[in-house]
Amino acid sequence: MATQDSVAEGREAPRVPLLYDPKLRSIAYQVIVFVGLFAFVYWIVGNTVANLQRANIASGFGFLQSRAGFDIGQSMIEYTSDSTYGRALLVGLLNTLLVAVLGIATATVIGFIVGVGRLSKNWLINRICLVYVEVFRNIPPLLVIFFWYFGVLSVLPGPRDSIELPFNTYLNGRGFYFPKFLWGEGSGLIVIAFLLALVFAFFVRRWAYKRQEATGQQFPVFLTSLGLIVGLPLLAFVLTGMPLEFSYPELSTFNLRGGMQVKPEFLSLYLALSFYTAAFIAEIVRAGVLGVSHGQTEASFALGLRPRQALRLVIVPQALRIIIPPLTSQYLNLTKNSSLAIAIGYPDLVATGGTALNQTGQAIEIVAIWLVVYLGLSLMTSAFMNWFNARMALVER
Amino acid sequence: MKKLITALLGSAVAIAAAPASAATLDDVKSKGYVQCGVSTGLAGFSAPDDSGDWTGLDVDYCRAVAAAIFDDPDAVRFTALTAKERFTALQSGEVDILSRNTTWTISRDTALGLNFAGVTYYDGQGFMINAKKLQGINSALQLSGAAVCVQSGTTTELNLADYFKANNMEYNPVVFEKLEEVNAAYDSGRCDVYTTDQSGLYAIRLTLANPDDHVVLPEIISKEPLGPVVRHGDDQWFDIAKWVYFAMLNAEEYGITQDNLDEMLKSDNPNISRMLGTEEGSKLAADLGLEEDWVVRIIRHVGNYGEIFERNVGAESPLKINRGINALWTKGGIQYGPPIR
Ligand SMILES: N[C@@H](CCC(=O)N[C@@H](CS)C(=O)NCC(=O)O)C(=O)O
Repeated sequence: MATQDSVAEGREAPRVPLLYDPKLRSIAYQVIVFVGLFAFVYWIVGNTVANLQRANIASGFGFLQSRAGFDIGQSMIEYTSDSTYGRALLVGLLNTLLVAVLGIATATVIGFIVGVGRLSKNWLINRICLVYVEVFRNIPPLLVIFFWYFGVLSVLPGPRDSIELPFNTYLNGRGFYFPKFLWGEGSGLIVIAFLLALVFAFFVRRWAYKRQEATGQQFPVFLTSLGLIVGLPLLAFVLTGMPLEFSYPELSTFNLRGGMQVKPEFLSLYLALSFYTAAFIAEIVRAGVLGVSHGQTEASFALGLRPRQALRLVIVPQALRIIIPPLTSQYLNLTKNSSLAIAIGYPDLVATGGTALNQTGQAIEIVAIWLVVYLGLSLMTSAFMNWFNARMALVER
Repeated sequence: MKKLITALLGSAVAIAAAPASAATLDDVKSKGYVQCGVSTGLAGFSAPDDSGDWTGLDVDYCRAVAAAIFDDPDAVRFTALTAKERFTALQSGEVDILSRNTTWTISRDTALGLNFAGVTYYDGQGFMINAKKLQGINSALQLSGAAVCVQSGTTTELNLADYFKANNMEYNPVVFEKLEEVNAAYDSGRCDVYTTDQSGLYAIRLTLANPDDHVVLPEIISKEPLGPVVRHGDDQWFDIAKWVYFAMLNAEEYGITQDNLDEMLKSDNPNISRMLGTEEGSKLAADLGLEEDWVVRIIRHVGNYGEIFERNVGAESPLKINRGINALWTKGGIQYGPPIR
């Protein structure tokens, strides 16, 4: 910069000794840091290889193709003890994703309800929401998981004295059981009807929007879409002769058999993560809504919007801009906290990976897989939320 | 668990950065104690007693190693390890020796870079059920459809899968990392069956709410030779680990006990005097890297194999396990110490 100034003044650049040349210095620093980093990595890698060889520990990712030999309690894909370690890790990954995705959805819903509840003028609702937030925000997530697992689910009765709930569902210490749907012939038509309904709904929305732009007339888009999406598949269901059967849970020697089972390990992790994260989301939502200045509400009323319209069209879009960035970190936290699964035996990626690590001894490879997967999940979540945030951002005209 | 990840990451880094030193004995001598990996608490094998001191068969083995090196059975520090953590802890140098009901298998001996020093307890895997709740079940072959509690990172988990598969039975694995968690889950009825090494079942039964309600089924579905383990790459340390144990077996065979040790020191039976280091000019101890009286130290402070067996898991203990195949070869068992000569 000094050079630029002097050039501008039309004088010859003053000679700076090489040692004090800022450009040269900055390059030198970067070279030193780079060489140092390179030497460090080189040393670590060299030492690791030497130590692994000295201890005769196997290395490489070949083990992913060997037979795992252990069973996994809950799996979304076909898995037996004859499957490979690679598949065992995949089962773990899917279990992590399952609990993370469901947890995020539930936490968001609870969080929004509680967050709005904290702003309610109704004293009781307001206080209940406050207590909820303070309780869950101040307990470590592991304790919340233990609370659900040991405090709630493990004190339920055994399979022989299951609690009977409506619609042939049962609750006991082994989980929640409900009838399994067995779809018969022609049920494909129902799916097609559902997809058709979605397409229709989309076009109805477009048409209604255009009409409103042109004439100012409004159309009940939401109700129409709902009617389409529920009605069309229902119609198909009736027309195809109700191709649905149930397999009901029934008591056998040890457990309830038949039907579907949601295991207590999953249930407690899912509930704990949802309730815990929801407390933080509630605060974020509250902050977001409060962050939209009151003048905005008044202005929209002045424009003749009704309160609900003002909320939907003016307040929420602006609040979302405040809410989304911190919401992203909560989603990341929830995903990472799902690795607490191991404490209650839910077979997530860390649990199945740990077992593979123990059996094969390939610590470095497994730890690398963990790092890459969790990093990948986090980056993907962030990328999605950034995209969403950009969409929600104020469009300047 | 995040803690676990950090621990494992730590171990991975430790493997990466540990300096390439091989002489464990020198390290141990300069530290002044042996770092010994044990279980987190399995009565009879390794568990802290009321005053917080570690006791058990696996613990006494480590005390014997410490006695042989330092003439002090307390020159040992214990690290409690779960089944899943134990090998990483040994590989990374966190412990010098692992004495934690660990089954000798070929993959552990080879791919995991470990060496087994012997079999301090011949065991086999069994099943335990609550007989009060599950009346009429008296064989493991009736267990199809059951929920089975098991600890992860064990051979138990693998044998279980094999056994149910081989017998065309289904089961529902309920897998935990920590022993207390498995115990709590079984006790609360989360699973119908508890499976692990049979000795472990007896030990765990004592800790349940109503021990008498539970029975161990007769089937033994696997071989579980349990013994101490060291890392690959240090033959001297491996030798010490082996011969401390063989010395305890030989001492029992020749009738050397804590009580009669002083008389035995005067014995002129060459086998005994060679073992106890009273033979003139013997180089045996020096070649092992220990002092001449290393066996005397072991017996004085800890006892022979029979003594530690009875004290920890046998007649003098709450477990009351019979010697069975763990009797000496001279008494109908398969415990057999190679000759000290
Ligand atoms: N012998 C088997 C199983 C050893 C094992 O870990 N057993 C369990 C159940 S008896 C145990 O000792 N747990 C104690 C702990 O985790 O601290 C193996 O080496 O894999």
